Amino acid sequence: MLDFIESFSKAFFVQGRWKLYLEGLGNTIIIATIAAIIGVIVGVIFAMINYLKKKTGKLKFLSAIVNIYITIVRGTPVVLQLMILYFVVFASWDNGIMIGAITFGINSSAYVAEIIRAGFESVDDGQREAGRSLGLSTWQTMRKIIIPQALKNSLPPLFNEFITLIKETAIVGYVGIMDLGKVPGMIQSRTFEYLPPLIISAVIYLGLVMLLTLALRQIEKALSKSDRNGGKK
Amino acid sequence: MDNVIMQEKPILSVRNLQKKFGQNEVLKNISTDIYKGEKVVIVGASGSGKSTFLRCLNCLEDPTGGQIIFDDVDIADRRVNINVHRQNMGMVFQQFNLFNNKTVLENIMLAPYLIHGKKFKKERKSQNKADKKLLKEAREAGNLEKYQSILERISQRNRVSYRQICKEKAMELLRRIGLEDKAKAYPSTLSGGQKQRVAIVRALAMNPKVMLFDEPTSALDPEMVGEVLNLIKEVADEGMTMVIVTHEMGFAREVGTRVIFMDEGVIAEQGTPSEVFDTPKNPRTKQFLNAVL
Ligand SMILES: Nc1ncnc2c1ncn2[C@@H]1O[C@H](COP(=O)(O)OP(=O)(O)OP(=O)(O)O)[C@@H](O)[C@H]1O
Ligand SMILES: [Mg+2]
Repeated sequence: MLDFIESFSKAFFVQGRWKLYLEGLGNTIIIATIAAIIGVIVGVIFAMINYLKKKTGKLKFLSAIVNIYITIVRGTPVVLQLMILYFVVFASWDNGIMIGAITFGINSSAYVAEIIRAGFESVDDGQREAGRSLGLSTWQTMRKIIIPQALKNSLPPLFNEFITLIKETAIVGYVGIMDLGKVPGMIQSRTFEYLPPLIISAVIYLGLVMLLTLALRQIEKALSKSDRNGGKK
Repeated sequence: MDNVIMQEKPILSVRNLQKKFGQNEVLKNISTDIYKGEKVVIVGASGSGKSTFLRCLNCLEDPTGGQIIFDDVDIADRRVNINVHRQNMGMVFQQFNLFNNKTVLENIMLAPYLIHGKKFKKERKSQNKADKKLLKEAREAGNLEKYQSILERISQRNRVSYRQICKEKAMELLRRIGLEDKAKAYPSTLSGGQKQRVAIVRALAMNPKVMLFDEPTSALDPEMVGEVLNLIKEVADEGMTMVIVTHEMGFAREVGTRVIFMDEGVIAEQGTPSEVFDTPKNPRTKQFLNAVL
């Protein structure tokens, strides 16, 4: 038992190693957050292009490109995407964290586009028709009426995507970026004990994910409540 | 005299309107003129093309043939900016279609604010600019009285924002339908009748020249039909030009100045309410009226 405690303290406290976990956690959150922001912005644009093509028959070419992009991104392993961006596209850039964030932003955008597409589809077509019948332009109708409702409907699955990102970004360790998933390896090389740092790292991930899941439940609760009393916050 | 009125230009002129959904020819060369102040009521069996006809009038459905002349412009031509013309045509839907993410007040003021806001701000800016020039002149001329009066005028003008003006107007419309206490409520908290009345004043807020109604009471519980029809009647009495698709024959007779009976994509018969309802000539009209009355 004492051995056990000692190994853990070696993996966490000795030489201020907890700072490594903290730094790794920080990087994980930064990568996931930037990736989520990129994913949402690009995903919304993609979903919008497909929505407008469906409703107006315009933007056929753009929509085809978007669909090719989504197919490729969803059809290839994210590890390979990461390596391509890290070793080829941004080979001369030494900001690994940003490269990781961009990779996952691109990857996530394809999934977000699908989430938002479902969000758009859940908005009744009458909303668009009412906006257009008043003389609002396509863009004004999108911006003021369709997008807010589509985003609101997509909020739970979007948040879920963020939780997935927190865990999935751990593969940035493959190219040497120091996130929470990479920290155990660094500590192992000093202590030569494998299990303790892995467990510590896993517990931190788990805690973070549980916290975010709790937040998601709150969001879902607030949304269903606002549906009942009509969107009042 | 009658002649003179008839020679006045129609507000809306439909010429050889055609609409196909794929192979399905829903409107077959419909032509009719709608004059200012007319209340045209469209009746007909389900699937006869009433909604499609109405939705073609403001190009919510793109006509596949023919012309719709509104404000001297053929709005069926895809090159025209349809938004500008839709601003002058209100539409009321069977399912109300209030914006779910906006309060009642925001529903009403959204379009006027978005559409006329830019122009308003530009005008105000140029007025301010002109006044500032006058101000400078007055100062240089040493005319203190004039200087102060211009200053007062500028601050008066800038006191209210355009949003405020739109809001005021929206509140006025809400008072008109007795729903001012619902201004901050979201649509989902309203009854069907309240929703539809809000939808009607939302369309009125743009000061349209024509109002289009597609079965405005069909989605309502029976006890709410009256309040909505009364509001439509009120608007009609104020002289609004209207095209109304409805199954309410009593209302059609009371409000309509002309009744159009549609059958399989054509106008099978039209005339005054008493002509169409009391002495229908077309056997299809007779059949339809027998079924619904
Ligand atoms: N978007 C569409 N795509 C394909 N077909 C359509 C579309 N809208 C309407 N139609 C067809 O056009 C025909 C006329 O429909 P429309 O809705 O104009 O009838 P209506 O007279 O309004 O009927 P109702 O009294 O039931 O409202 C129907 O056969 C319908 O199936
Ligand atoms: Mg219909």
